[in-house]
Amino acid sequence: MRELLELLKHDARRPAKELASMLNISEYEVEEKMAKLEKDKIILSYNTLINWDKTGENTVTSIIEVNLTPQREVGFDAIAERIYRFDEVRTVYLMSGSFDLLVIIEGKSMQDVANFVATRLATIEGVTQTRSHFLLKPYKKDGIIIDDKEKDRRLVMSI
Amino acid sequence: MTNWNDRISPIVKSVPPSGIRKFFDIASEMEDVISLGVGEPDFVTPWSIRESCVYGLEQGYTSYTANRGLLELREEICFMHKRRFELDYNPKTDVLVTVGVSEALDIAMRTILTPGDEILIPEPCYVSYKACATLAGGIPVPVPAKAENDFRITPADLEPHVSPKTKALLIGYPNNPTGAILSKEDLEAIARFAVKHDLIVISDEIYGDLTYGDTKHVCFAGLPEMKDRTILLNGFSKAYAMTGWRIGYALSNPDIIAAMTKIHQYTMLCAPITAQIAAVEALRHGEKYMRKMVSEYDKRRRLIYDGLQKAGLKCFEPKGAFYIFPDITSTGLSSEEFAEKILMQEHVALVPGNAFGECGEGFVRCSYATSIEQISEALLRIEHFVSHL
Ligand SMILES: Cc1ncc(COP(=O)(O)O)c(C=O)c1O
Repeated sequence: MRELLELLKHDARRPAKELASMLNISEYEVEEKMAKLEKDKIILSYNTLINWDKTGENTVTSIIEVNLTPQREVGFDAIAERIYRFDEVRTVYLMSGSFDLLVIIEGKSMQDVANFVATRLATIEGVTQTRSHFLLKPYKKDGIIIDDKEKDRRLVMSI
Repeated sequence: MTNWNDRISPIVKSVPPSGIRKFFDIASEMEDVISLGVGEPDFVTPWSIRESCVYGLEQGYTSYTANRGLLELREEICFMHKRRFELDYNPKTDVLVTVGVSEALDIAMRTILTPGDEILIPEPCYVSYKACATLAGGIPVPVPAKAENDFRITPADLEPHVSPKTKALLIGYPNNPTGAILSKEDLEAIARFAVKHDLIVISDEIYGDLTYGDTKHVCFAGLPEMKDRTILLNGFSKAYAMTGWRIGYALSNPDIIAAMTKIHQYTMLCAPITAQIAAVEALRHGEKYMRKMVSEYDKRRRLIYDGLQKAGLKCFEPKGAFYIFPDITSTGLSSEEFAEKILMQEHVALVPGNAFGECGEGFVRCSYATSIEQISEALLRIEHFVSHL
Protein backbone atom coordinates (compact mmCIF):
# COMPACT_ATOMS: atom_id res chain seq x y z
CA MET A 1 0.00 0.00 0.00
CA ARG A 2 2.79 2.37 0.92
CA GLU A 3 4.40 1.81 -2.49
CA LEU A 4 1.16 2.49 -4.32
CA LEU A 5 0.64 5.70 -2.35
CA GLU A 6 4.19 6.82 -3.06
CA LEU A 7 3.66 6.28 -6.77
CA LEU A 8 0.36 8.14 -6.79
CA LYS A 9 1.76 10.97 -4.73
CA HIS A 10 4.33 11.52 -7.43
CA ASP A 11 1.90 11.22 -10.32
CA ALA A 12 -1.79 10.55 -9.76
CA ARG A 13 -2.47 10.12 -13.46
CA ARG A 14 -0.39 7.01 -13.89
CA PRO A 15 -2.41 4.38 -15.75
CA ALA A 16 -3.41 1.33 -13.70
CA LYS A 17 -1.54 -0.83 -16.21
CA GLU A 18 1.74 0.92 -15.42
CA LEU A 19 1.13 0.81 -11.68
CA ALA A 20 0.36 -2.89 -11.94
CA SER A 21 3.70 -3.56 -13.67
CA MET A 22 5.63 -1.60 -11.09
CA LEU A 23 3.89 -3.22 -8.14
CA ASN A 24 3.88 -6.70 -9.60
CA ILE A 25 0.11 -7.06 -9.17
CA SER A 26 -2.82 -7.13 -11.60
CA GLU A 27 -4.58 -4.06 -12.96
CA TYR A 28 -7.73 -5.22 -11.23
CA GLU A 29 -5.93 -5.31 -7.89
CA VAL A 30 -4.61 -1.80 -8.44
CA GLU A 31 -8.10 -0.50 -9.07
CA GLU A 32 -9.47 -2.35 -6.07
CA LYS A 33 -6.76 -1.01 -3.78
CA MET A 34 -7.31 2.54 -5.00
CA ALA A 35 -11.04 2.29 -4.48
CA LYS A 36 -10.46 1.11 -0.94
CA LEU A 37 -7.97 3.89 -0.20
CA GLU A 38 -10.52 6.41 -1.44
CA LYS A 39 -13.30 4.86 0.59
CA ASP A 40 -11.16 4.86 3.74
CA LYS A 41 -10.31 8.53 3.07
CA ILE A 42 -6.63 7.75 2.96
CA ILE A 43 -6.62 9.19 -0.52
CA LEU A 44 -8.57 12.43 -0.10
CA SER A 45 -8.25 13.89 -3.56
CA TYR A 46 -6.14 13.93 -6.69
CA ASN A 47 -4.85 17.47 -7.10
CA THR A 48 -3.05 19.30 -9.85
CA LEU A 49 -0.12 21.52 -9.01
CA ILE A 50 -0.55 24.69 -11.06
CA ASN A 51 1.82 27.55 -11.61
CA TRP A 52 -0.85 30.28 -11.71
CA ASP A 53 1.70 32.99 -12.36
CA LYS A 54 2.15 31.61 -15.84
CA THR A 55 -1.55 31.72 -16.68
CA GLY A 56 -1.81 35.48 -16.27
CA GLU A 57 -4.69 34.94 -13.85
CA ASN A 58 -4.48 37.05 -10.75
CA THR A 59 -4.52 35.17 -7.52
CA VAL A 60 -3.29 36.35 -4.18
CA THR A 61 -2.28 34.01 -1.42
CA SER A 62 -1.98 35.08 2.17
CA ILE A 63 -0.61 33.16 5.11
CA ILE A 64 -2.26 34.24 8.32
CA GLU A 65 -1.16 33.57 11.85
CA VAL A 66 -4.19 33.42 14.10
CA ASN A 67 -4.26 33.54 17.89
CA LEU A 68 -7.25 32.06 19.68
CA THR A 69 -8.74 31.79 23.12
CA PRO A 70 -9.36 28.07 23.56
CA GLN A 71 -12.87 27.09 24.59
CA ARG A 72 -13.93 24.78 27.37
CA GLU A 73 -14.54 21.15 26.23
CA VAL A 74 -13.65 21.64 22.56
CA GLY A 75 -10.34 23.53 22.78
CA PHE A 76 -9.48 24.93 19.37
CA ASP A 77 -11.50 22.57 17.22
CA ALA A 78 -14.78 24.45 17.15
CA ILE A 79 -13.19 27.75 16.18
CA ALA A 80 -11.00 26.00 13.63
CA GLU A 81 -14.13 24.58 12.05
CA ARG A 82 -15.77 27.96 11.88
CA ILE A 83 -12.71 29.11 9.98
CA TYR A 84 -12.07 26.17 7.66
CA ARG A 85 -15.68 26.03 6.45
CA PHE A 86 -15.11 29.20 4.41
CA ASP A 87 -14.37 28.48 0.73
CA GLU A 88 -11.73 31.20 0.70
CA VAL A 89 -9.73 29.25 3.27
CA ARG A 90 -7.51 26.70 1.54
CA THR A 91 -5.52 25.31 4.45
CA VAL A 92 -5.71 25.33 8.24
CA TYR A 93 -3.18 23.89 10.67
CA LEU A 94 -3.08 23.88 14.45
CA MET A 95 0.39 25.02 15.44
CA SER A 96 2.78 24.88 18.34
CA GLY A 97 4.63 28.10 19.15
CA SER A 98 3.70 31.74 19.25
CA PHE A 99 0.37 31.45 17.42
CA ASP A 100 -2.35 28.82 17.26
CA LEU A 101 -3.67 28.44 13.73
CA LEU A 102 -1.93 28.83 10.43
CA VAL A 103 -4.53 29.76 7.84
CA ILE A 104 -3.88 30.03 4.11
CA ILE A 105 -6.31 32.09 2.11
CA GLU A 106 -6.62 32.60 -1.61
CA GLY A 107 -8.36 35.57 -3.16
CA LYS A 108 -8.50 37.58 -6.37
CA SER A 109 -6.70 40.61 -4.97
CA MET A 110 -4.96 41.86 -1.87
CA GLN A 111 -8.04 43.94 -1.16
CA ASP A 112 -10.18 40.86 -1.45
CA VAL A 113 -8.11 38.94 1.08
CA ALA A 114 -7.69 41.88 3.46
CA ASN A 115 -11.41 42.32 3.39
CA PHE A 116 -12.04 38.70 4.23
CA VAL A 117 -9.63 38.80 7.15
CA ALA A 118 -11.04 42.01 8.57
CA THR A 119 -14.74 41.23 8.23
CA ARG A 120 -14.97 37.44 8.50
CA LEU A 121 -11.90 35.98 10.17
CA ALA A 122 -10.88 38.55 12.79
CA THR A 123 -14.45 38.94 13.94
CA ILE A 124 -15.00 35.28 14.84
CA GLU A 125 -15.52 34.89 18.55
CA GLY A 126 -12.39 33.53 20.20
CA VAL A 127 -10.01 34.97 17.58
CA THR A 128 -7.81 37.37 19.51
CA GLN A 129 -5.24 38.38 16.90
CA THR A 130 -4.35 37.91 13.21
CA ARG A 131 -1.13 38.66 11.34
CA SER A 132 -1.26 38.41 7.54
CA HIS A 133 1.67 37.74 5.25
CA PHE A 134 1.23 37.98 1.51
CA LEU A 135 3.02 35.47 -0.60
CA LEU A 136 5.23 37.11 -3.23
CA LYS A 137 6.83 34.35 -5.24
CA PRO A 138 6.75 30.60 -5.01
CA TYR A 139 10.07 28.80 -5.49
CA LYS A 140 9.09 25.29 -4.53
CA LYS A 141 5.74 23.73 -3.81
CA ASP A 142 5.02 20.23 -2.54
CA GLY A 143 8.46 19.06 -3.50
CA ILE A 144 8.34 20.55 -6.98
CA ILE A 145 10.74 23.32 -7.96
CA ILE A 146 8.65 25.90 -9.84
CA ASP A 147 11.19 27.04 -12.39
CA ASP A 148 13.64 24.17 -12.48
CA LYS A 149 16.52 24.89 -14.80
CA GLU A 150 18.16 21.53 -14.33
CA LYS A 151 17.73 19.26 -17.29
CA ASP A 152 19.10 16.03 -18.69
CA ARG A 153 22.59 16.91 -19.83
CA ARG A 154 23.80 13.39 -20.48
CA LEU A 155 25.15 12.26 -23.82
CA VAL A 156 22.51 10.40 -25.78
CA MET A 157 24.41 7.11 -25.47
CA SER A 158 27.26 5.80 -23.36
CA ILE A 159 28.58 2.40 -22.41
CA MET B 1 53.55 12.46 -46.63
CA THR B 2 54.04 11.11 -43.16
CA ASN B 3 51.76 8.27 -42.30
CA TRP B 4 51.02 9.10 -38.68
CA ASN B 5 49.00 5.99 -38.31
CA ASP B 6 52.17 3.93 -38.76
CA ARG B 7 53.66 5.66 -35.77
CA ILE B 8 50.93 4.62 -33.42
CA SER B 9 51.78 1.80 -31.04
CA PRO B 10 50.48 -1.56 -32.28
CA ILE B 11 49.10 -2.23 -28.82
CA VAL B 12 46.92 0.86 -29.03
CA LYS B 13 45.91 -0.04 -32.55
CA SER B 14 44.84 -3.48 -31.42
CA VAL B 15 42.22 -2.03 -29.10
CA PRO B 16 38.92 -1.78 -30.97
CA PRO B 17 37.02 1.53 -31.07
CA SER B 18 33.78 1.97 -29.17
CA GLY B 19 30.97 -0.30 -30.32
CA ILE B 20 28.34 2.43 -30.21
CA ARG B 21 29.91 5.20 -32.27
CA LYS B 22 27.68 4.57 -35.28
CA PHE B 23 24.47 4.57 -33.23
CA PHE B 24 25.61 7.51 -31.19
CA ASP B 25 26.08 9.66 -34.27
CA ILE B 26 22.64 8.84 -35.64
CA ALA B 27 20.88 9.18 -32.28
CA SER B 28 22.49 12.54 -31.53
CA GLU B 29 20.86 13.99 -34.66
CA MET B 30 17.36 12.78 -33.80
CA GLU B 31 14.91 15.17 -32.20
CA ASP B 32 12.50 12.77 -30.55
CA VAL B 33 14.83 9.94 -29.73
CA ILE B 34 14.22 8.03 -26.53
CA SER B 35 17.47 6.74 -25.26
CA LEU B 36 17.74 3.52 -23.32
CA GLY B 37 21.39 3.61 -24.25
CA VAL B 38 22.77 5.72 -21.45
CA GLY B 39 25.09 4.12 -18.92
CA GLU B 40 24.69 6.71 -16.20
CA PRO B 41 21.98 7.86 -13.78
CA ASP B 42 19.41 10.37 -14.99
CA PHE B 43 19.47 11.95 -11.54
CA VAL B 44 21.61 14.95 -10.83
CA THR B 45 23.96 14.55 -7.83
CA PRO B 46 21.98 15.10 -4.59
CA TRP B 47 22.07 18.73 -3.57
CA SER B 48 23.74 18.23 -0.19
CA ILE B 49 26.70 16.67 -1.99
CA ARG B 50 26.88 19.46 -4.55
CA GLU B 51 26.54 22.05 -1.83
CA SER B 52 29.43 20.64 0.17
CA CYS B 53 31.67 21.04 -2.85
CA VAL B 54 30.54 24.64 -3.39
CA TYR B 55 31.30 25.36 0.26
CA GLY B 56 34.71 23.73 -0.08
CA LEU B 57 35.51 25.95 -3.04
CA GLU B 58 34.41 29.03 -1.11
CA GLN B 59 36.77 27.99 1.68
CA GLY B 60 39.60 27.81 -0.82
CA TYR B 61 40.02 24.04 -1.14
CA THR B 62 41.72 24.13 -4.52
CA SER B 63 45.05 22.38 -3.93
CA TYR B 64 46.48 18.95 -4.58
CA THR B 65 45.75 16.36 -1.95
CA ALA B 66 47.88 13.45 -0.72
CA ASN B 67 48.46 11.02 -3.59
CA ARG B 68 46.30 8.44 -1.89
CA GLY B 69 43.51 10.97 -1.39
CA LEU B 70 42.26 13.01 1.57
CA LEU B 71 42.72 11.01 4.76
CA GLU B 72 39.19 12.01 5.76
CA LEU B 73 37.81 10.36 2.65
CA ARG B 74 39.91 7.24 3.09
CA GLU B 75 38.67 6.98 6.66
CA GLU B 76 35.05 7.28 5.55
CA ILE B 77 35.59 4.62 2.89
CA CYS B 78 37.08 2.21 5.45
CA PHE B 79 34.41 3.02 7.99
CA MET B 80 31.68 2.26 5.45
CA HIS B 81 33.24 -1.11 4.57
CA LYS B 82 33.51 -1.96 8.25
CA ARG B 83 29.89 -1.03 8.87
CA ARG B 84 28.42 -2.71 5.82
CA PHE B 85 30.65 -5.70 5.24
CA GLU B 86 32.62 -6.24 8.47
CA LEU B 87 35.80 -5.54 6.54
CA ASP B 88 38.83 -4.00 8.26
CA TYR B 89 40.83 -1.84 5.89
CA ASN B 90 43.49 0.54 7.16
CA PRO B 91 42.91 4.06 5.78
CA LYS B 92 46.65 4.76 5.78
CA THR B 93 47.79 1.71 3.82
CA ASP B 94 44.90 -0.11 2.16
CA VAL B 95 43.07 2.59 0.20
CA LEU B 96 43.77 4.58 -2.93
CA VAL B 97 41.36 7.26 -4.10
CA THR B 98 41.25 7.34 -7.89
CA VAL B 99 39.79 9.28 -10.77
CA GLY B 100 36.77 7.03 -11.10
CA VAL B 101 36.76 3.26 -11.19
CA SER B 102 38.08 3.79 -14.72
CA GLU B 103 41.48 4.85 -13.43
CA ALA B 104 41.43 2.20 -10.73
CA LEU B 105 40.85 -0.51 -13.36
CA ASP B 106 43.72 0.79 -15.45
CA ILE B 107 46.26 0.97 -12.67
CA ALA B 108 45.16 -2.29 -11.07
CA MET B 109 45.91 -4.05 -14.36
CA ARG B 110 49.18 -2.22 -14.85
CA THR B 111 50.17 -3.13 -11.32
CA ILE B 112 49.66 -6.87 -11.61
CA LEU B 113 50.10 -7.76 -15.29
CA THR B 114 53.43 -8.32 -16.98
CA PRO B 115 53.63 -8.97 -20.74
CA GLY B 116 52.07 -12.30 -21.54
CA ASP B 117 50.13 -12.61 -18.28
CA GLU B 118 46.57 -13.69 -18.77
CA ILE B 119 43.53 -12.31 -17.00
CA LEU B 120 40.18 -14.08 -17.09
CA ILE B 121 37.34 -11.72 -17.96
CA PRO B 122 33.80 -13.07 -17.88
CA GLU B 123 31.65 -11.66 -20.68
CA PRO B 124 29.38 -9.86 -21.43
CA CYS B 125 31.07 -7.09 -19.48
CA TYR B 126 31.92 -3.44 -19.29
CA VAL B 127 33.93 -2.43 -22.33
CA SER B 128 37.00 -1.12 -20.50
CA TYR B 129 38.00 -4.42 -18.97
CA LYS B 130 39.58 -5.99 -22.02
CA ALA B 131 41.01 -2.72 -23.28
CA CYS B 132 42.73 -1.96 -19.96
CA ALA B 133 44.21 -5.45 -19.83
CA THR B 134 45.57 -5.13 -23.37
CA LEU B 135 46.96 -1.65 -22.77
CA ALA B 136 48.68 -2.96 -19.63
CA GLY B 137 50.46 -5.51 -21.83
CA GLY B 138 48.41 -8.41 -20.53
CA ILE B 139 46.27 -10.85 -22.44
CA PRO B 140 42.54 -10.64 -21.73
CA VAL B 141 40.95 -14.07 -21.86
CA PRO B 142 37.20 -13.70 -22.36
CA VAL B 143 35.07 -16.30 -20.62
CA PRO B 144 31.50 -16.42 -21.89
CA ALA B 145 28.86 -16.47 -19.18
CA LYS B 146 25.87 -18.55 -20.18
CA ALA B 147 22.54 -16.94 -20.99
CA GLU B 148 20.70 -19.99 -19.65
CA ASN B 149 22.50 -19.36 -16.37
CA ASP B 150 21.25 -15.76 -16.32
CA PHE B 151 24.79 -14.69 -17.15
CA ARG B 152 26.19 -15.78 -13.82
CA ILE B 153 29.74 -17.07 -14.04
CA THR B 154 30.76 -20.35 -12.43
CA PRO B 155 34.06 -22.19 -11.90
CA ALA B 156 32.89 -24.67 -14.55
CA ASP B 157 32.75 -21.80 -17.06
CA LEU B 158 36.15 -20.50 -15.98
CA GLU B 159 38.10 -23.73 -15.60
CA PRO B 160 38.66 -24.51 -19.33
CA HIS B 161 40.25 -21.08 -19.83
CA VAL B 162 42.89 -21.40 -17.13
CA SER B 163 46.48 -21.73 -18.31
CA PRO B 164 49.87 -21.59 -16.57
CA LYS B 165 49.90 -17.89 -17.51
CA THR B 166 46.64 -17.07 -15.79
CA LYS B 167 47.38 -14.51 -13.13
CA ALA B 168 44.12 -12.83 -12.34
CA LEU B 169 40.36 -12.84 -12.65
CA LEU B 170 38.18 -9.78 -13.10
CA ILE B 171 34.57 -9.95 -11.94
CA GLY B 172 32.03 -7.17 -12.30
CA TYR B 173 28.76 -7.86 -10.47
CA PRO B 174 26.13 -6.45 -10.35
CA ASN B 175 26.86 -6.58 -14.02
CA ASN B 176 26.87 -4.06 -16.81
CA PRO B 177 25.28 -4.89 -19.30
CA THR B 178 23.19 -7.84 -18.06
CA GLY B 179 21.95 -6.76 -14.63
CA ALA B 180 23.05 -10.15 -13.30
CA ILE B 181 24.29 -10.52 -9.75
CA LEU B 182 26.15 -13.31 -8.01
CA SER B 183 24.82 -14.83 -4.82
CA LYS B 184 26.99 -15.55 -1.81
CA GLU B 185 27.21 -19.20 -2.88
CA ASP B 186 28.21 -18.22 -6.43
CA LEU B 187 30.93 -15.96 -5.04
CA GLU B 188 32.15 -18.60 -2.60
CA ALA B 189 32.59 -20.99 -5.51
CA ILE B 190 34.61 -18.35 -7.32
CA ALA B 191 36.67 -17.76 -4.18
CA ARG B 192 37.57 -21.46 -4.05
CA PHE B 193 38.49 -21.30 -7.73
CA ALA B 194 40.73 -18.29 -7.06
CA VAL B 195 42.51 -20.09 -4.23
CA LYS B 196 42.91 -23.27 -6.28
CA HIS B 197 44.69 -21.39 -9.07
CA ASP B 198 46.24 -18.76 -6.82
CA LEU B 199 44.70 -15.85 -8.72
CA ILE B 200 44.39 -12.19 -7.84
CA VAL B 201 40.77 -11.14 -8.14
CA ILE B 202 39.81 -7.66 -9.31
CA SER B 203 36.23 -7.10 -8.21
CA ASP B 204 34.49 -4.10 -9.78
CA GLU B 205 31.59 -3.46 -7.41
CA ILE B 206 30.58 -0.07 -8.75
CA TYR B 207 26.94 -1.20 -8.92
CA GLY B 208 27.08 -2.85 -5.50
CA ASP B 209 24.59 -0.45 -3.94
CA LEU B 210 22.15 -0.96 -6.79
CA THR B 211 20.49 -4.25 -5.98
CA TYR B 212 16.76 -4.87 -5.82
CA GLY B 213 14.13 -6.90 -4.10
CA ASP B 214 15.44 -9.15 -1.36
CA THR B 215 18.87 -9.37 -2.88
CA LYS B 216 21.66 -7.82 -0.89
CA HIS B 217 25.05 -7.22 -2.38
CA VAL B 218 27.79 -9.49 -1.13
CA CYS B 219 31.23 -7.92 -1.16
CA PHE B 220 33.73 -10.36 -2.63
CA ALA B 221 36.56 -9.15 -0.39
CA GLY B 222 34.39 -9.95 2.63
CA LEU B 223 34.46 -13.70 1.96
CA PRO B 224 36.87 -15.68 4.16
CA GLU B 225 40.49 -15.25 3.07
CA MET B 226 39.60 -13.12 0.08
CA LYS B 227 40.51 -9.71 1.46
CA ASP B 228 44.21 -9.75 0.61
CA ARG B 229 43.74 -11.55 -2.66
CA THR B 230 41.18 -9.06 -3.91
CA ILE B 231 41.55 -5.63 -5.45
CA LEU B 232 38.17 -4.20 -4.63
CA LEU B 233 37.08 -1.32 -6.85
CA ASN B 234 34.20 0.97 -6.19
CA GLY B 235 33.15 4.53 -6.78
CA PHE B 236 30.50 7.16 -6.55
CA SER B 237 29.44 7.48 -10.18
CA LYS B 238 26.44 5.18 -10.18
CA ALA B 239 25.11 4.96 -6.63
CA TYR B 240 25.42 8.67 -5.90
CA ALA B 241 24.79 9.91 -9.44
CA MET B 242 28.27 11.42 -9.59
CA THR B 243 29.59 10.32 -12.99
CA GLY B 244 30.99 13.70 -13.97
CA TRP B 245 32.91 14.18 -10.74
CA ARG B 246 35.35 11.41 -11.59
CA ILE B 247 35.93 9.76 -8.25
CA GLY B 248 36.40 6.17 -7.17
CA TYR B 249 38.75 4.03 -5.10
CA ALA B 250 40.64 0.79 -4.77
CA LEU B 251 41.01 -1.31 -1.62
CA SER B 252 43.52 -4.09 -1.21
CA ASN B 253 46.54 -5.27 0.75
CA PRO B 254 49.25 -2.65 1.51
CA ASP B 255 51.71 -3.97 -1.10
CA ILE B 256 49.30 -3.77 -3.99
CA ILE B 257 47.96 -0.41 -2.91
CA ALA B 258 51.49 0.97 -2.57
CA ALA B 259 52.31 -0.24 -6.08
CA MET B 260 49.11 1.21 -7.51
CA THR B 261 49.82 4.46 -5.71
CA LYS B 262 53.16 4.66 -7.49
CA ILE B 263 51.49 4.63 -10.91
CA HIS B 264 48.77 6.98 -9.71
CA GLN B 265 51.33 9.39 -8.29
CA TYR B 266 53.26 9.67 -11.53
CA THR B 267 50.34 9.71 -13.92
CA MET B 268 47.47 11.35 -12.06
CA LEU B 269 49.03 12.82 -8.92
CA CYS B 270 45.72 12.83 -7.11
CA ALA B 271 41.97 12.81 -7.70
CA PRO B 272 40.37 16.26 -7.88
CA ILE B 273 39.99 17.77 -4.42
CA THR B 274 36.51 19.08 -5.26
CA ALA B 275 35.28 15.58 -5.97
CA GLN B 276 36.99 14.20 -2.88
CA ILE B 277 35.21 16.71 -0.67
CA ALA B 278 31.91 15.82 -2.30
CA ALA B 279 32.62 12.12 -1.81
CA VAL B 280 33.19 12.65 1.93
CA GLU B 281 29.75 14.24 2.13
CA ALA B 282 28.23 11.40 0.09
CA LEU B 283 29.55 8.82 2.56
CA ARG B 284 28.67 10.82 5.65
CA HIS B 285 25.19 11.98 4.76
CA GLY B 286 24.30 10.73 1.30
CA GLU B 287 22.98 7.25 1.98
CA LYS B 288 19.34 8.28 2.29
CA TYR B 289 19.43 10.04 -1.07
CA MET B 290 21.12 7.04 -2.60
CA ARG B 291 18.44 4.69 -1.20
CA LYS B 292 15.74 6.88 -2.68
CA MET B 293 17.31 6.73 -6.11
CA VAL B 294 17.64 2.96 -5.79
CA SER B 295 13.94 2.66 -4.99
CA GLU B 296 13.17 4.74 -8.09
CA TYR B 297 15.29 2.43 -10.25
CA ASP B 298 13.49 -0.51 -8.75
CA LYS B 299 10.07 0.75 -9.92
CA ARG B 300 11.45 1.35 -13.39
CA ARG B 301 13.07 -2.06 -13.38
CA ARG B 302 9.78 -3.77 -12.70
CA LEU B 303 8.02 -1.66 -15.33
CA ILE B 304 10.54 -2.42 -18.06
CA TYR B 305 10.88 -6.09 -17.15
CA ASP B 306 7.13 -6.56 -17.42
CA GLY B 307 6.88 -4.39 -20.53
CA LEU B 308 9.60 -6.13 -22.50
CA GLN B 309 8.08 -9.52 -21.82
CA LYS B 310 4.69 -8.27 -22.93
CA ALA B 311 6.33 -6.93 -26.06
CA GLY B 312 7.38 -10.49 -26.76
CA LEU B 313 11.05 -10.34 -25.82
CA LYS B 314 12.39 -12.98 -23.51
CA CYS B 315 14.50 -11.71 -20.66
CA PHE B 316 15.59 -12.73 -17.22
CA GLU B 317 14.82 -10.49 -14.31
CA PRO B 318 17.78 -8.21 -13.62
CA LYS B 319 18.63 -8.02 -9.94
CA GLY B 320 21.21 -5.24 -9.97
CA ALA B 321 22.71 -2.21 -11.76
CA PHE B 322 20.22 -0.37 -14.01
CA TYR B 323 20.28 -2.48 -17.14
CA ILE B 324 18.08 -5.15 -18.61
CA PHE B 325 19.33 -7.50 -21.31
CA PRO B 326 16.50 -8.90 -23.43
CA ASP B 327 17.02 -11.77 -25.84
CA ILE B 328 16.16 -10.58 -29.35
CA THR B 329 16.87 -13.78 -31.28
CA SER B 330 13.12 -14.38 -31.72
CA THR B 331 13.08 -11.39 -34.08
CA GLY B 332 15.52 -13.07 -36.45
CA LEU B 333 17.73 -9.98 -36.31
CA SER B 334 21.28 -9.70 -35.08
CA SER B 335 21.98 -7.40 -32.14
CA GLU B 336 23.32 -4.67 -34.40
CA GLU B 337 20.48 -5.00 -36.91
CA PHE B 338 17.98 -4.78 -34.10
CA ALA B 339 19.66 -1.72 -32.58
CA GLU B 340 19.95 0.01 -35.95
CA LYS B 341 16.43 -0.77 -37.16
CA ILE B 342 14.72 0.23 -33.94
CA LEU B 343 16.71 3.44 -33.89
CA MET B 344 15.82 4.32 -37.47
CA GLN B 345 12.18 3.19 -37.37
CA GLU B 346 11.10 3.92 -33.81
CA HIS B 347 13.75 6.34 -32.62
CA VAL B 348 14.67 4.22 -29.63
CA ALA B 349 18.39 4.08 -28.87
CA LEU B 350 19.81 1.01 -27.18
CA VAL B 351 23.11 -0.79 -27.23
CA PRO B 352 23.70 -4.03 -29.17
CA GLY B 353 24.76 -6.83 -26.83
CA ASN B 354 27.80 -7.79 -28.86
CA ALA B 355 29.41 -4.47 -27.85
CA PHE B 356 30.02 -6.19 -24.50
CA GLY B 357 31.62 -9.33 -25.89
CA GLU B 358 30.83 -11.94 -28.50
CA CYS B 359 28.50 -13.86 -26.23
CA GLY B 360 26.31 -10.76 -25.99
CA GLU B 361 25.20 -11.42 -29.55
CA GLY B 362 21.46 -12.02 -29.68
CA PHE B 363 20.81 -9.51 -26.88
CA VAL B 364 20.50 -5.77 -26.49
CA ARG B 365 21.19 -3.64 -23.44
CA CYS B 366 18.44 -1.31 -22.27
CA SER B 367 19.22 1.12 -19.50
CA TYR B 368 16.35 2.02 -17.22
CA ALA B 369 18.13 5.01 -15.73
CA THR B 370 15.55 7.19 -17.37
CA SER B 371 12.15 8.55 -16.39
CA ILE B 372 9.05 6.37 -16.14
CA GLU B 373 7.40 8.45 -18.86
CA GLN B 374 10.30 7.77 -21.21
CA ILE B 375 10.36 4.09 -20.36
CA SER B 376 6.62 3.76 -20.98
CA GLU B 377 6.91 5.47 -24.34
CA ALA B 378 9.94 3.37 -25.26
CA LEU B 379 8.04 0.21 -24.38
CA LEU B 380 5.19 1.20 -26.70
CA ARG B 381 7.68 1.78 -29.49
CA ILE B 382 9.49 -1.50 -28.84
CA GLU B 383 6.21 -3.41 -28.83
CA HIS B 384 5.21 -1.74 -32.09
CA PHE B 385 8.59 -2.56 -33.61
CA VAL B 386 8.60 -6.21 -32.58
CA SER B 387 5.02 -6.85 -33.68
CA HIS B 388 5.59 -5.30 -37.12
CA LEU B 389 8.72 -7.21 -38.07
C1 LIG C 1 30.99 -1.82 -14.65
C2 LIG C 1 31.57 -0.45 -14.68
N1 LIG C 1 32.76 -0.22 -14.10
C3 LIG C 1 33.33 1.00 -14.13
C4 LIG C 1 32.72 2.06 -14.77
C5 LIG C 1 33.43 3.39 -14.76
O1 LIG C 1 33.00 4.17 -13.71
P1 LIG C 1 33.71 5.50 -13.22
O2 LIG C 1 32.75 6.60 -13.57
O3 LIG C 1 33.85 5.34 -11.74
O4 LIG C 1 35.00 5.63 -13.90
C6 LIG C 1 31.49 1.88 -15.37
C7 LIG C 1 30.80 2.98 -16.06
O5 LIG C 1 29.93 2.80 -16.89
C8 LIG C 1 30.90 0.59 -15.33
O6 LIG C 1 29.70 0.35 -15.90
